[in-house]
Amino acid sequence: MIDLRYFAWLRERVGTGHEQVETGAATVADLIAELRQRDEGYALAFADPGAIRAAIDQELVGMDAPLAGAREVAFFPPMTGG
Amino acid sequence: MTIRVQADRFDMGAELNAFAATQTGAGALVSFTGIVRDLASGDLDAMEIEHYPGMTEKALAGIAAEATRRWSLAGSLIIHRYGRLAPDDPIMMVATAACHRGDAFAAAEYLMDYLKSRAPFWKKEITAAGATWVQAREADEDALGRWSEPD
Repeated sequence: MIDLRYFAWLRERVGTGHEQVETGAATVADLIAELRQRDEGYALAFADPGAIRAAIDQELVGMDAPLAGAREVAFFPPMTGG
Repeated sequence: MTIRVQADRFDMGAELNAFAATQTGAGALVSFTGIVRDLASGDLDAMEIEHYPGMTEKALAGIAAEATRRWSLAGSLIIHRYGRLAPDDPIMMVATAACHRGDAFAAAEYLMDYLKSRAPFWKKEITAAGATWVQAREADEDALGRWSEPD
């Protein structure tokens, strides 16, 4: 089981900020491809992978990062702090 | 190095004085405060800031540690708010203390540049017409390039 976290407009489009999934996806990109198939909200949220950032266990990672051993995966738009 | 992520408003003058009081011997102290800016139309009702609890603190601590590694800093302070803020409210502040102003200025700029694009905060602007997520600016991402170190 992996904890998924969504933030900002990704959270709004998906409709939740947190869920748990069983996945066989090997990488972050594979997980995105899997989530996109779920329904219209997920398809819209993940329509443009270039507009999405990901973190594994609270560290920013690239789309090709392996999910092996990941406890928490987060998806969010580019950050706008400051 | 002090990191605070909070909903509450802060008093930038009091924070700076408190920070300065812990920096005996530092000859230079630099601070920056970010303020909620109204839209050009003057229509902003509020700004909502979302963050990723846990990752936010880790990211800010990592950025501050890197600044301390790069420059000769006596101390650093980062305060960043989340939740619903009004126009002209303070959003965040950084302060750096060093022997000389060069290190203090450079480290403060570094903290700001990284905090804008590498700390998990997202801003949403609320007006009577609705809410809009603030888009990340390419210039903010580009700003990180100037800090890249030769291998």
